[in-house]
Amino acid sequence: MSAEVAMKRNLGRIYALQAKTEFLKVWRLPMYAIPTLAFPLMFYLLFAVATNRGTGQAATYLLATYGAFGVMNAALFGFGVGIAVERGQGWMLFQRATPMPPLAHLFGKLVMATLFGALIVLILSAAAVTLAGVRMPVGTWLALAGTLVSGAIPFAAFGLAVGYWAGPNSAPAVVNLISMPVSLASGLWFPLQMLPSVIRKVAPFLPPYHYGQLALGRLGLGEDVPALYSVAFLAAFTVLSLLLAWIGYRRDEGKTFG
Amino acid sequence: MKQRNETIAELRQAVKRYGPVTALAGIDLTVKAGEVVALLGPNGAGKTTAVQLLLGLIRPSSGSARLFGLDPREAEARMQIGAMLQISKVPETLKVREHLELVSSYYPRPLPSREVLAAAGLEGLENRLFGKLSGGQRQRVLFALALCGDPDVLFLDEPTVGLDVESRRGFWQQICARAEAGCTVFLTTHYLEEADALADRIVLLDRGRIIAEGTPAEIKDRVSGKRVRCRTRLSLEEITALAGVRDVRRDGEEVELLAAQAEPVVRELLLRDAGLSGLDVRGAGLEEAFLALTGTDAKNERQEVAA
Repeated sequence: MSAEVAMKRNLGRIYALQAKTEFLKVWRLPMYAIPTLAFPLMFYLLFAVATNRGTGQAATYLLATYGAFGVMNAALFGFGVGIAVERGQGWMLFQRATPMPPLAHLFGKLVMATLFGALIVLILSAAAVTLAGVRMPVGTWLALAGTLVSGAIPFAAFGLAVGYWAGPNSAPAVVNLISMPVSLASGLWFPLQMLPSVIRKVAPFLPPYHYGQLALGRLGLGEDVPALYSVAFLAAFTVLSLLLAWIGYRRDEGKTFG
Repeated sequence: MKQRNETIAELRQAVKRYGPVTALAGIDLTVKAGEVVALLGPNGAGKTTAVQLLLGLIRPSSGSARLFGLDPREAEARMQIGAMLQISKVPETLKVREHLELVSSYYPRPLPSREVLAAAGLEGLENRLFGKLSGGQRQRVLFALALCGDPDVLFLDEPTVGLDVESRRGFWQQICARAEAGCTVFLTTHYLEEADALADRIVLLDRGRIIAEGTPAEIKDRVSGKRVRCRTRLSLEEITALAGVRDVRRDGEEVELLAAQAEPVVRELLLRDAGLSGLDVRGAGLEEAFLALTGTDAKNERQEVAA
């Protein structure tokens, strides 16, 4: 009977609706949508367009790093703050009482973060082409965009962990406190060569550094780090984050008091 | 539809501890198909813990919880139930319609949106964002979400807490309508009136233990004694002096008293006052039963109802 009943649900429709719901939910939330979309563009206009008029190289470089910064933040905030807030509301508890497929919720959030990531890459690329005169072959741009957008995965996983460990009110602060300094130290705001040597020594231990290097590598502007090593580093970071999220989830389950 | 007498939900020797706190101290509870069962108890009695165990949202420290004979976490069990939990809100930037559409998609044979909206009294609000709704409307959305899957069984955890009297009665009608349509209902409440108005069977919970169980009438019978009202020229002192009388008070023109046994007291009253009128004898109320059985101050509970 269970198989028969389960068959009658349209799983594809559940996943599609879950994704639509997650997207609409944050799209209508100015607190999320505006900073997520506007900050990377603002930084890019300020540092790539306004100060580097005419030098295509810097504007190309910063397209990769601010793209990485934007996608990373969309995933960190979407997951970290989103999960923490929904836990606080009891929405997650309610969803667990329904027959929602267990991964549908995470799938929906991942689609949402990926869509925001893609939107950020498109906006930045449009600014790069029209305002900073950046030119590159379509194939190169597609490779860059693909690398940038898939960066949503490791940071979504880390956001998930933050969401299960932080409270609904502290989550935005926690995400900001981690994201800001780490982005800077990983060379996502300014090229690493411009930063003090202490930071340059720390950077290779930070996940966003490897993410940034993978994106820059698509443009031939990366440092001397093997791409495979960066991918492995980010994969390990993803697994570790998921593990941390799982422990947080179990801890949450045991704590729920009634 | 489920057959009557079929066991729907069951707790066996269920214990739930949170660190040093024992929320449930080993309770046995069975809900049969077609019943409306109210788990009644003061705040902190362990009602929410019991619901969450039955829904598989928390694990028992020992003992077991079953839904349709299954682990409550099985999707097959969850597809047949609807739950209204004590949660403050659902995402505020989604429209009522969008919330219903998503939750309906989880079920194999959902109730059409139109019917859900009608059953929860939400017509005309489907395009409103959840964040723009009033408190009572929000509560109705949470009720509507429980109805989405056209469930055979409804779990309602304090469904009317915080509502004004009028909204509460509206809610009762909606719950009764589901029950009349054959839905099994398990609800928790700390409002005596609510348990009395809705339930076929009341389970009285206090400090993690079941202290009484039965129909509302049976629970009231647990308190020996009758309530006697009448108009009489006798003074309160004279009445208090009668054997077996306690708690005498004047209520307007009438006098009300509690007696262990009504007949001897009534006989004495009629002997002393041949002109006695408006005699009314009834069983002690649920409130007296609640007070006697739990030893909690029912007055506090009452004030909350009035507030």
